[in-house]
Amino acid sequence: MFDDRYTLAYRLYPYERHADQDKDTPVRHPVVVMGGGPIGIATAVDLGQQGIPVVVLDDHEGVGMGSRAICFAKRCLEIADRYGAAKPMVEKGVVWNIGKVFHKDGQVFDFNLLPEEGHEFPAFINMQQPYFESFMIERAFELQKQGAPIQIRGKNRVDNVVVKDDHVVIEVMTPDGPYTLEADWLIGADGASSPLRTMLGYDFTGKVFQDSFLIADIKMKNDNFPTERWFWFEPSHGSGASTLLHKQPDDVWRVDFQIGWDIDRKEEMKEENIRRRLDAFLGDDVEYEMVWSSIYTFQCKRMESFRHGPVLFAGDAAHQVSPFGARGANSGMQDVDNLGWKLGMVINGQAPESLLDSYNSERVHGAEENILNSTRSTDFITPKSEMSHLLRNAVLELSEHYEFARPLVNSGRLSVPCVYDGSSLNSADALIGGPARTRPGAPCPDAPLADGFLLPKLGGQFTLLAINAEAPEALTEDGITANVLSLNSSDDKTGALAARYLGEAKSAVYLIRPDQHVAARREAYDENLFRAALKRATGKE
Amino acid sequence: MAELILTPNIAGGDDFYEELINAHDGLSKADSDAYNARLLLILANHIGDRDILSAAINAAKRKA
Ligand SMILES: Cc1cc2nc3c(=O)[nH]c(=O)nc-3n(C[C@H](O)[C@H](O)[C@H](O)COP(=O)(O)OP(=O)(O)OC[C@H]3O[C@@H](n4cnc5c(N)ncnc54)[C@H](O)[C@@H]3O)c2cc1C
Repeated sequence: MFDDRYTLAYRLYPYERHADQDKDTPVRHPVVVMGGGPIGIATAVDLGQQGIPVVVLDDHEGVGMGSRAICFAKRCLEIADRYGAAKPMVEKGVVWNIGKVFHKDGQVFDFNLLPEEGHEFPAFINMQQPYFESFMIERAFELQKQGAPIQIRGKNRVDNVVVKDDHVVIEVMTPDGPYTLEADWLIGADGASSPLRTMLGYDFTGKVFQDSFLIADIKMKNDNFPTERWFWFEPSHGSGASTLLHKQPDDVWRVDFQIGWDIDRKEEMKEENIRRRLDAFLGDDVEYEMVWSSIYTFQCKRMESFRHGPVLFAGDAAHQVSPFGARGANSGMQDVDNLGWKLGMVINGQAPESLLDSYNSERVHGAEENILNSTRSTDFITPKSEMSHLLRNAVLELSEHYEFARPLVNSGRLSVPCVYDGSSLNSADALIGGPARTRPGAPCPDAPLADGFLLPKLGGQFTLLAINAEAPEALTEDGITANVLSLNSSDDKTGALAARYLGEAKSAVYLIRPDQHVAARREAYDENLFRAALKRATGKE
Repeated sequence: MAELILTPNIAGGDDFYEELINAHDGLSKADSDAYNARLLLILANHIGDRDILSAAINAAKRKA
């Protein structure tokens, strides 16, 4: 039988029998993606935009009900924009900048994220995950209509995978029974409890936090709760050891209660009990409707390696973080950003297979950084020893009166993309006086130009960005072309480009990867050196 | 680079010590512990230098 494991919010890709199911010998595809969550769909869009045929197999027929992620960070939106899906997200999402921190009865301080000027996308938006997913899927359909070779097959559950030397054999279950597929490459984007990991026997290790969180999304019209992030430590309403209140679109608020480890899940999930906590928190006279609720325990875990021959893992299947700091979907999108162009070049014969090992090393580096950050937040929010509790409360008390303690308050560090320092794809930094934030390995920060923003101009291929410097029209090395984007001071009315890319240098030439990370930079164009950098950035050295 | 000072560095040590003890007068054990934690954080912030702080965190550990 074929039952859903969760309720759908939107049924977007109903099961349809495919010709592959009637073939006597299994059909071979270049890329199969297992899992149609946000990460699997983004992978399909990335590859589809490159013209690489991709088949997504998902065991459901659309987007699940539960909201889960609500905070989407700037880098995630920039990546989604490269995929052509960010505009509706920004339109739908709510932007927030003010956060307030409370301890027991009172507010201890507030902060303004004060996002840096001169970026097309806000530092963060809040939006229910089903919206994020459905905008991605709609984009995939749009590309399909334009001829992109993307297939999404609903109610196609992967039941078994056998890894051969240069391909994988995939057993798929459908409402019409099983069939077999083959793929040169298989992307495991099947979520935190990844059946693929289990099928292939790979470990997922790390730390489980001994605490549970009751998450309730409620709908209310209430001006007392503005578009801000409010976080209570040890709230005196007593319905949780910490509580988070965060605004989403459609008058929905996320309330997140930390409720301890030894709990009776079934009791806690009863609507009357959830309402009791909510009423104690909001006050008896506040009217609201319950939209969705769930109980979570959090863990920080990852696979040791994200690549196993022709199988590549991405998103929650590869790494899981506690949600403090919103690093789950945000970092999964960075996986896709990193993997898409590399896999594309390998499939097109433009780069050696070993380029994919840099996906593993760069994204393991990213996962470690995310796990470190979210572990620290979790330890601050749920202190595990008496002394760590004492120190945590001392930080909170001091932060009410003294500014110095405020940066130590950690209710989640907001997700920022990681810098691939030390990556084998980087060339040594040769821009004297260049800003640290754009060193080789760093993601390019956006900047306003005379006619729009910088990042969309970088697009999704290799680019040579020349600022106040001579450069040819393009550079082609061994089948890979870097287009040149030439800018000078007249394009930079605000000075942001110079501040972010020149620093103390008078001019600069940057080699920028398709995922908009810097590969190399120096003061002037030098053909041989940039040829070498392009080779290095594509794993040919 | 500055080094962690582990030789006498407070003029009027007895006086300082008395003031420190007196600050705990009349506090319950819990309040006293909380006081110590706040004091520690204030001092650490004043020092600021990460290497010195690490050296101090180490120096305070019991020698085997
Ligand atoms: C309470 C909570 C709050 C969160 N808040 C945030 C936040 O604010 N910001 C943020 O960035 N992240 C957040 N996250 C994390 C975010 O939800 C996940 O990181 C994200 O959903 C991961 O996407 P994914 O595509 O890797 O996996 P999933 O979304 O889990 O998708 C996996 C897909 O694979 C399918 N699948 C599974 N098994 C099979 C099979 N055998 N065959 C075929 N298909 C299969 C599933 O049905 C599913 O569609 C939060 C998570 C939780 C729990």
